[in-house]
Amino acid sequence: MFKKIILSITFSIGFMFACSEGDDLDNSQNESFDRGSLQTNLADNIIIPAYQDLSQQLGLLVSAKENFIANSNQENLEVLRNNFLESYMVWQSLEMFNIGKAEENFYHYQMNVYPTNTDEIQDNITTGNADLFNPNNNDAAGFPALDYMLYGIGDNDAEILDTYNNQDYGQNHKNYVSSLIDQMKSITEIVLNDWTTAYRDEFIASTENSASSAVNKFVNDFIYYFEKGLRANKIGIPAGNFSSTPLPHTVEGYYVRETSKDLTLEALNAFQNLFNGTHYNTNDSGVGFKDYLNYLDRNDLVNLINNQLDEARAKISILDDNYFDQINNDNTKMTQAYDALQTVVVLIKVDMLQAFNISVDYVDADGD
Amino acid sequence: MAKNLNTYLNKTTDVSPLVIFRIGFGIMMCYGIIRFWIKGWIETIYIQPNFHFSYFGFEWVKPLGNFTYILFIICCLATIFIALGFKYRIAIITFFLSFTYIELMDKTIYLNHYYFISMMSFLMIFLPLNASFSLDSYLLKKSYKLVPNWTIDTIKIMLTIVYLYAGLAKINSDWLLKAMPLKIWLPSKYDLPFLGENLMQQNWFHYAMSWSGMFYDLLIPFLLFYKRTRIFAFILVVFFHVFTRVLFPIGMFPYVMIISTLIFFDSNFHKKIISFLRKRINRLLKLKNEILINEVYPLLNRKISLTIVFLFLSVQLLFPFRYLTYPGELFWTEEGYRFSWRVMLIEKMGYTNFKIVNAETNNYFYVDNQDFLTPLQEKQMSFQPDFILEYAHYLGDHFKKQGHKNIQVFAESYVALNGRLSQPFIDKSIDLYKEKESWKHKNWILPLNDEIKGL
Repeated sequence: MFKKIILSITFSIGFMFACSEGDDLDNSQNESFDRGSLQTNLADNIIIPAYQDLSQQLGLLVSAKENFIANSNQENLEVLRNNFLESYMVWQSLEMFNIGKAEENFYHYQMNVYPTNTDEIQDNITTGNADLFNPNNNDAAGFPALDYMLYGIGDNDAEILDTYNNQDYGQNHKNYVSSLIDQMKSITEIVLNDWTTAYRDEFIASTENSASSAVNKFVNDFIYYFEKGLRANKIGIPAGNFSSTPLPHTVEGYYVRETSKDLTLEALNAFQNLFNGTHYNTNDSGVGFKDYLNYLDRNDLVNLINNQLDEARAKISILDDNYFDQINNDNTKMTQAYDALQTVVVLIKVDMLQAFNISVDYVDADGD
Repeated sequence: MAKNLNTYLNKTTDVSPLVIFRIGFGIMMCYGIIRFWIKGWIETIYIQPNFHFSYFGFEWVKPLGNFTYILFIICCLATIFIALGFKYRIAIITFFLSFTYIELMDKTIYLNHYYFISMMSFLMIFLPLNASFSLDSYLLKKSYKLVPNWTIDTIKIMLTIVYLYAGLAKINSDWLLKAMPLKIWLPSKYDLPFLGENLMQQNWFHYAMSWSGMFYDLLIPFLLFYKRTRIFAFILVVFFHVFTRVLFPIGMFPYVMIISTLIFFDSNFHKKIISFLRKRINRLLKLKNEILINEVYPLLNRKISLTIVFLFLSVQLLFPFRYLTYPGELFWTEEGYRFSWRVMLIEKMGYTNFKIVNAETNNYFYVDNQDFLTPLQEKQMSFQPDFILEYAHYLGDHFKKQGHKNIQVFAESYVALNGRLSQPFIDKSIDLYKEKESWKHKNWILPLNDEIKGL
């Protein structure tokens, strides 16, 4: 009896291998995908260089601010504004990396919550000792608050400069600009520092397919970012896709006005580069999520995603630099851009996630 | 024929397999309930969500707030009573009702194995599982050696239906000719020790697993029935279920099936376990064995029990085929998909947005699903038409209460099935707020742009 069992098990296993021999022509899948190289490329060539760039830009912003505080004239205001805009552009490459210390410190809530709350900013200026790290001040800090401080506190440049040079409250305004920028700089340093000292190795080593692994969280986060931070916040909400009427005052870069489109396009490029593994600020290519899809035989999906991202870029490119005007004059172009982004969301959230079949952190229950 | 049937129904056999089944079932259910509680799922699944997806016809079954915990306690106590064989009939009825109520509270977490447990416990109401080695028999000082054959056979038939139907469902072109969805699932297990980076990535392995999975499900009940292949079959059962447990997050199901299939073994095997347990208990509690041992267990209401069991098994055999009455691809529409032992059969993901329109002014806005649903609910809602419809009505009612007028609710939905590219799922020109749930085909589901052949 026992002999028979052993015999039949051996036979069936042997049978399985014998059958499979013939099918083994497809060698493309025999090499496993090297996840380590994907994550190394993300960390070394995309994420860390972007943080370093932002840190450098914010350093320039700090000195520009010092000059402006010492001498609040038109020239120094222009320099400060330019540095602000350049930092804001670099930020577009970073908002999707909500992992590590960035996640822990609610980094992007501190950096880019808009529309900014001008009442709260005015209160903070008057009291003069606001704790900008406090979550209550998320909508009175970061780039949007700075946008208001540099472009929005007067009707024209002369008025703005008058405010900063005012005998009674000028110093308070200068102080607020100063603490805004210092806070952005210091929290960016915390995140960057963690990446370069500790988190990089942890990130690269955490390759397993579990709800808490770095690679899975990272994928979930950048998909969430595309849907929420890019599609909804930049286009959908101002265009009125989630409200009864359009909300043009909720555009990103509301006070500078002429920059909303550039910020969106920069964010879209950054996302596409991440997908394709393209290095930050150079056009060198490395291993990206595209390559993992190719490994899974889903070249069709790679092409679709890239084409649809290009399509969305085309739809955004024809918008006015100034979304506020675009929404008020011809909002359908905004909603068309939204629809194009929406199609990307379907491709990455449904098709790409299905192909990856990653464990998601929010679904905790048994399967069938 | 009638005579044969009668002789069969009067045939008796040793009670031991039923006893072991009762104890195993009780202990596992007890563990399952406690595990569910410890994982915090009562809170996250039944208490936190503002909205629950109901089964058609059972909309009145809702979570009971904090009393939901009491329901779980009752259910858990019942499992202990079942294992001990104490007030068995009341315990099993209580278990069936409380467990089924729990499962009906929210269909988001529908699982075939929960359905299996519900059905099995219903069946157990009519079977004399406390006839021997139970507190009931100890207290009544009456124990029985023999029970009717059919009482054990019904459990075997129920298990046979589960395996056989799961196997039949695998006879389709996606599973066998494309190795889908295993081709998606297995490569993602790259982090499995030893096997992950090589075997799980192999094309041939995906096919081998698909085909052997189908043959396993189709053949295993028969290999278990047949005495000469039984031990081999049981080794396969253990291997298969442990393997799937390693690969997939399927909770208790593998263990439930492994323990349940023990019923196929003959009574000597079960007698040995019982006598081992009996010795232990006697030594521990110094019980006096003054139990009167009778021969055959006299079934109360034998006719009624037999009729119910017969009807129950007939329904079990027919109900999974109800999908044949619906047009369209079953895996796509899922009309008649649940309660049919279609286990781990498809990989489906969706993305569904809702548009609230004022019919008079044509003003509209989109809904952020996160405002209303948990991530798990949103995931399940996104690709199942009955969820989409129920949620659309919930949204319509919600915005009506908020004072919106002339409400129409439209769904923009995209679904990907078994690695196909996503395609539109719901007709976005249909106002779902006007559609009603029913057993009828939902003609607002767009057809799948492909054909899946098979059962």
